[in-house]
This record gives sequence, structure tokens and C-alpha cells, in this order.
Amino acid sequence: MPLIEVHNLEKIYSEGETKTRALCGVSFDVEAGEFVAVMGPSGSGKSTLLHILGFLDRQTKGSYLFDGKELNEYTDNEVARVRNEKMGFVFQSFNLLARTSVLENVKLPLLYSTTPQSKWETLAKKAIDQVGLSHRLNHLTSQLSGGEKQRVAIARALINEPKIIFADEPTGNLDSKSGSGVMEIIGDLNNQGHTIILITHETYTAQYAQRIITLRDGEIESDHKVDQRRAGKENFIK
Amino acid sequence: MTLKNSFKTAIKGLRANKSRSALTILGIIIGITSIILIMSLGKGAQELILNQVRGLGSATIIIEPGREPKGPSDFSAFFTDSLKEREVQALLNPSNVPGLESLSPIVLVSGTVAYQNEVHNFSVVGASELLAQIVNVYPETGQLFSDEQTQDLSAVAVIGYEVKDKLFGESDAIGETIKIKNKAFKVFGVFPKKGQVGMLDVDNTIIIPYTTAQKYLAGVNYYQEIIAKAKTEALVPQTVEDIKITLRNLHNITDPAKDDFHVVTQEDIAQRVGMVTSILTIFLSAIAAISLVVGGIGIMNIMLVSVTERTREIGLRKALGATTKNILTQFLLESVILTLLGGVIGILLGIFFSFVSALILSKVVGSGWQFAISIQAILLGLGVSAFVGLVFGLYPAQQASKKSPIEALRYE
Repeated sequence: MPLIEVHNLEKIYSEGETKTRALCGVSFDVEAGEFVAVMGPSGSGKSTLLHILGFLDRQTKGSYLFDGKELNEYTDNEVARVRNEKMGFVFQSFNLLARTSVLENVKLPLLYSTTPQSKWETLAKKAIDQVGLSHRLNHLTSQLSGGEKQRVAIARALINEPKIIFADEPTGNLDSKSGSGVMEIIGDLNNQGHTIILITHETYTAQYAQRIITLRDGEIESDHKVDQRRAGKENFIK
Repeated sequence: MTLKNSFKTAIKGLRANKSRSALTILGIIIGITSIILIMSLGKGAQELILNQVRGLGSATIIIEPGREPKGPSDFSAFFTDSLKEREVQALLNPSNVPGLESLSPIVLVSGTVAYQNEVHNFSVVGASELLAQIVNVYPETGQLFSDEQTQDLSAVAVIGYEVKDKLFGESDAIGETIKIKNKAFKVFGVFPKKGQVGMLDVDNTIIIPYTTAQKYLAGVNYYQEIIAKAKTEALVPQTVEDIKITLRNLHNITDPAKDDFHVVTQEDIAQRVGMVTSILTIFLSAIAAISLVVGGIGIMNIMLVSVTERTREIGLRKALGATTKNILTQFLLESVILTLLGGVIGILLGIFFSFVSALILSKVVGSGWQFAISIQAILLGLGVSAFVGLVFGLYPAQQASKKSPIEALRYE
């Protein structure tokens, strides 16, 4: 059973009289362990798709089965719970809490989880170690570089051992060196078995994925495997 | 999410804006401080007046002319001449009022009092020598006038401590002649410093024989009041009844509603005073409560600003799994913690200012003023501040919790 099954997904935004069709019948599956990049120019609907896939929004029409269950059958509280336990998010603008330490930021999802508090410290340190920031544990996020901030965000996304990680333009605010560092970590996570959906408009970044779905005007333009997958320590050129 | 963690999160949120949080709760601090202070002063004043009333002695009974006033502005019944020598004689008959120990008619006189070049206004009270026994104040130097002097309409006076001080200063007053409304009186005795006893400010009072007061100063043949004392406190109710029956028989009154006199005990006065000061305290506290409403609006205002400022944070928290309820709790707790903190500071400040006021007031009004703070006032302060936080924090917290995560994350 695929982790994600999307069938004829539509999203219409209505603002007064004007209706904008952001997604017009998108269908695809994602298997557990896959690394899928969603590409497309701005306005193609990729952010809308990510929001629905990430349980941050609901579709207007069509079906979206996550882990075998239709999104519309989840209550609001269940949606929050799925986001907390089964999904991890990495955003373009990091979205870390200011004036708060790296450790506290990474612990944040645990606050809303059922994980006993005695385990929080260990889990957070493990996740921070995975992104190579153990030496920055007690630094405030404002003292970190962009690349480091994004690595904190990845650690935060990892902490609840999610089934899937959504990364929305994770390298968008980074220079190419930090960007490649972040993409290497994401690639490694995929190698360790994490399912990853990456939103990007950079072809180079997309080539870390196994498969690229290209959207245009709310429809899938192409869906193909990546022949020469970028991984490891290759030079990252923007 | 446990309540403990909700608390921690809320406190972190407040700490991020320390000076703003501090300024926000100023309104609450001021409101609670004034309520505590007013309640404490009210209680202090009440205790002070009640102590003075009790100073009269629990066996004291006051008989006043006219029916019982129906309200604070019902003066009409006061000015009657229903209490005269005939009534006094009837009350003094042991077969009529067996519980009565002693009584003294009271005639009040207003007018200037002069000694050489010193001219002042003091209250001049015409009474019998038994007044000293009833209110338990005896001259420190000199002596009381005697019963004979009262019968003879003698022009003699016993003066209070302040009267002596103002008219004579350090020099001896006994045997000197003072002029009350231009009539010469010989000073017979001086009372010690005593302060207020019941309605009587002994220190600023001159006592003269009531007969003299009636004839030469007031020009009346009735009494403004008869002050009496029962033999024991237990006999007070029976004595009051006996006094009423005696006077009714004397005045041929069958319907108690048509009484042309009324009888007040020390307990009655204490109750009235207690009620008046309580009403005053409640009234003043209500005014202070207005500042709490203003403070509450301040809290709401700042919380709304905070919610807007932290839109992204709210979006993030939701994306990471926070439920609507989690967000609501967090912001509600922030405002309740703010107001409770303001409440605690206000209570401490209120206690401090009450204490300082008590120190100052005890210097002004004498040792009678006690520092008084009640547990009820403290609990009320805490309750009210938490309530203000809940009420005024609810709307901003709801606004926060309703934010959609995508909109919130997109917010710049």
C-alpha cells in the first residue's frame, strides 16, 4: 500500500466572486521510502499541493489517502496529531523560535506529543547529532548561520520519527554551499529510509530526488524517475 | 500537552517581551493596590469608630427625643421637646426602671469660649455629674461639680485636655474664670487626655451643669438626649423595654409607632457604624475596580498585538502538531499569568501602603488606628485579577487559535 495516494485532487480558492483553481485534478502515489521532488514555476500549484499533502489544508475535490485513510475523514484534532507524529516539516524561512536555544527549538514538536518528558532531552540531542550541530546545542538560533538554522529545522522535523518529511524550498534562502550541505543531509535521511517530498524550483536541488513531478497550471506536466541522481558529496552548483 | 508545559510555554512567551509585559500589568497593579488599600483603610476606620463606640461601655443606653429617624435625612423628628425633667424623674424611679444604674440629661450648647484674649469654639455639654461615671472619665486635676451645684444652677465647668491646652497653655486652669457665650464660668476640673468616647470628643469638650446650660445658655426647658447606664450588660434589653414602657405611660402612648422618643444602645450604634463604613468601603472599591476594567482592556490590547506579532509562531506550532485548544490555552494562560502577577504585586503593594497609611494615621488620630488587612481582601484581589485575565484574554486567545496554519506561516 502506498503511503500517499492522490486521486483527482482539486483545490479551488474562492475570494468573493473570483475563483482560483490552484490544482485541477492531480493524481499520483508515493511509496514509503521514496524521495520525490515536486517542481514547477511559481503559481503552478506546488505549494498548494504540499499544504494538502502536509495536512495543513484540505482539498476541494478528489481524494487524498495518507497511510490508507482519507484526509477528509480525519477530525481537526486528528489532523494535528498526524502532523505531530507522522510528518516533519522543513520550511524555506526556517521558522525557528527566536531568542530560544537550538535544543529548545528541536524539542518543540515533543511539547504537543505523547512522548514522556523524561525522553525529550535524549531524543532532541540525538536529532541534533544527526544534523551535525551537537556543538551548537545551547546557542540561540539568532547566533546561527542560515545553513545551521535549516539543519536545526531538519532536526526538529526528525524528532518524532515521522513517516514522511516535507521540505518546502529548503535551500531557497541559503547560499549554494550551505544549500548543498542541507541537501546532503536530506539525501542521507532518505538513504536511512525516510520518505521525503521536496518542493523546489531548482533543477539541481530536485536531482537529489529519485523522482521528479513537474506541475504546471495546477496539472502534472511530467512524472519521471531521475536517471543521474545527485547524492553524497558532489559539488552543488546553483 | 500537560498543564505544566503549557505554563512553561506561556511564561517563555511573556519573558520574550519583559518590559512590555511589565507595562501591561501596571493597570492591574494599580487597580488591585487601590482595592487592597481602600479595603484596609475601610476596615481600619470601622475598627476605630467601633472601638470608640464600645468606649461608651456596653451597658450604655441613649434616649433621644422624637421617633426613630427613618433615614439619614429624616431630621424632622429630632427637634422635639419630649424629654424634660418630668421624664427624668419617672425614669429614676426604681419601680419603673429597676435595671437603671444612673442617668444624665444632656443639653448641647454652641458658642464661643473665651479666656482673656484666647477665643475658641468647643462643644459645651450640659450634663449631671453622673456623666463622668457613665462614660468613665474623671478629672485629672480639680474635681467634678456636685449635685448641689447642679441644683443651684452654678456656673462651673470641667474642661477637656485640649480645651485647657488651648486656653491656658502651661498655666494652671483650676479656679480661673472662662466665658462661655459671655457668661462667666469657674473652672472646677480638667479631664485627662482621653480622645473620643462614643460621640463625645472629651478632649475638646467643656462639661457644665445641665441646669445652668438650659437656663443661661440654651434657653430651653428640654434635653437633647438622656444618657443612661444599666446595672449590667445583661440587663440592657430589659432596661430598654422598661424605659420605653415608662415613657409611653407618661406620655399616654398606646401605639409604639407613635413614640415621641427612641432608645439606642451601644450595640445599635455599632451596627449602624459598621453598615455605613461597609457601604463606603464597597462604594470606594467599586470605583477602584474601574481601573481594573481599564487594565483589562490594556491586557486585551497587548495580547491582540502579541497574537498578530506571533502569527508565524502560531502557524509553526500548528504545523508541528499543536491543536486549536493548545494555542488557546497558551495565550489564555499568558494573559492570566500576567494579571495574576499584577494581582500579587498589587496585593503586596496594597499591604505595604496600608501599613504606611496606618502608621501615619495612628500618628494623626492617636493609637486607636490599627493596621488591618483581611484574608478576604487578598483572596478577592487574587480572584479578581485572575478573572480579569480570563475575560480579557479570551478574545485574543480565540483569535490566535483560529488562525489557519498556512495563512499564519505565509504571514510576513
